[in-house]
Amino acid sequence: MEKYVSLEYVDMVFSGRQGKFCALRDVNLSINQGEFVSVIGHSGCGKSTVLNLIAGLLMPTDGVMLCAGREIAGPGPERAVVFQNHSLLPWLTCFDNIYLAVERVFGSTEDKPSLKKRTHEALALVGLTHSEMKYPNEISGGMKQRVGIARALAMEPKVLLMDEPFGALDALTRAHLQDELLGIVQRTGSTVVMVTHDVDEAVLLSDRIVMMTNGPAATVGEILAVDLPRPRSRLELAENPQYHHLRGEVLRFLYQREAKAA
Amino acid sequence: MSATVVALKPEAAEPVVAAESKTAALPSSKAEAAPVAGKTLQRIMNVLRSITLAVLPPIVGLAFFILIWVGISMVAPALPGPAKTWVSAVELFSDPFYQNGPNDQGIGWNILNSLQRVGTGFGMAALIGIPLGFVLGRFKFVNDMASPIISLLRPVSPLAWLPIGLLVFKAADPAAIWVIFISSIWPLVINTAMGVSKVPQDYLNVARVLNLSEWKIATKIMLPSAMPYILTGIRLSIGVAWLVIVAAEMLTGGVGLGFWVWDEWNNLNVEHILIAIFVVGIVGLLLEQALLLLAKRFNY
Ligand SMILES: Nc1ncnc2c1ncn2[C@@H]1O[C@H](COP(=O)(O)OP(=O)(O)O)[C@@H](O)[C@H]1O
Ligand SMILES: [Mg+2]
Repeated sequence: MEKYVSLEYVDMVFSGRQGKFCALRDVNLSINQGEFVSVIGHSGCGKSTVLNLIAGLLMPTDGVMLCAGREIAGPGPERAVVFQNHSLLPWLTCFDNIYLAVERVFGSTEDKPSLKKRTHEALALVGLTHSEMKYPNEISGGMKQRVGIARALAMEPKVLLMDEPFGALDALTRAHLQDELLGIVQRTGSTVVMVTHDVDEAVLLSDRIVMMTNGPAATVGEILAVDLPRPRSRLELAENPQYHHLRGEVLRFLYQREAKAA
Repeated sequence: MSATVVALKPEAAEPVVAAESKTAALPSSKAEAAPVAGKTLQRIMNVLRSITLAVLPPIVGLAFFILIWVGISMVAPALPGPAKTWVSAVELFSDPFYQNGPNDQGIGWNILNSLQRVGTGFGMAALIGIPLGFVLGRFKFVNDMASPIISLLRPVSPLAWLPIGLLVFKAADPAAIWVIFISSIWPLVINTAMGVSKVPQDYLNVARVLNLSEWKIATKIMLPSAMPYILTGIRLSIGVAWLVIVAAEMLTGGVGLGFWVWDEWNNLNVEHILIAIFVVGIVGLLLEQALLLLAKRFNY
């Protein structure tokens, strides 16, 4: 396992109307190929900023960021993003939303039937074959998020970046999609960086949990290795003492070490 | 005694329809077989009431309008009343497409000619205005460059452009179209630019992550996202064009509603002038409604 994504001494300073704001300072993080890493921390600490930096949507003010041995110079389809609010284009059907991405990535090397096949496969992966001709406003929030995930997966990215992908969903839908994601990642062996504020979600899905300190000038506080065996099941973990121990570790970090005055 | 009075009061205050439906429902509570009939009756009453509420106010409004019109025409006998105007309109619309030489044509020709001028002027404005607005919305520098000029030219009264048109085109008809063009282009440019500059960052982030080409960004993201704004621009633009056409045609002549109004003024045929006003209003209303209907389709 080689370092696949790495951030070295990354600083992020936003300069806005009210002057400069140092969001991140000296963030060091390396992610291996096929690894599932969660980034957890209190609201506003800079989780999205870390993800957007890896996505290339933001440029760091200092430090080095590498992906697959090359410097991250901007956004690109090899680092697909699942946005918090799904960001589907409302004027395109579910199929066309995914097709737009597939066409961009594989359009120069593959013919149309093959692109369509990829799109169908992505929809099938998230169990939405029957809704492919629907528009985003005709399906539920959970389904939209699944289309967003399918769009990202269909691009066969080197790294899948997810910003609180299930944050806007109700608890049952969220659990269902977490289980689905667990299965998909198991099958595809994707490298994933997921931002979350949900402790259970982080422990259930991750190989490692990156816990961030509170901002401003937030950085990586601790990194917790989640050595629970895979495949994991929500029900079995509920009885697993190791699971509860890990959960306690994260809670301790969030509510003791980095306790936040509300 | 006083208690019964208090209890009765709210019932007495209820509207007549509700009281009626209650009496209709009474037998049903006695005989168990009839409750469905009582409910249906109540539903019919409700539907009737909502229809009445929707139709009544406009009818009352129109009646008031006609009443005032009658009143004015009695005080000022030069202005024909509704009855006289109606008779004249029936006669006019019984043969809308006759042709007796260039200065005497049916009302249908006048309407079609005006619509055609508006269509040509607006069409050219759209052809130039929408792409221009697109560029302004996409590139801030160009927008900053153009905005002082637009702010300067936009408030100019449409007819002020007519002499320029006559000078350049040396003919009346192109000059009228030019006036339509220059007065209807601004809402198109401004609304398109606004729509394009307001494309949500989320959609642009999708485009950036996918690394879409500028062409794909324009066609798959910018254009559909800005569509509601563009359609508002089109609606405002056609509204302005239709507003200006009568004045422009009055000054330039030819076949058209504006010229017809002027012609009938010279003939002192006031009924026809009133009819022209109604025709202009109704056609404008129809255009507006059609465009609103179209805009509904693009409400994501
Ligand atoms: N574009 C920006 N300009 C200025 N400040 C920003 C910008 N984006 C984020 N921030 C600030 O950086 C901090 C971290 O934001 P964010 O990464 O969105 O937090 P999180 O995702 O952990 O809730 C916040 O204090 C936020 O106000
Ligand atoms: Mg965030």
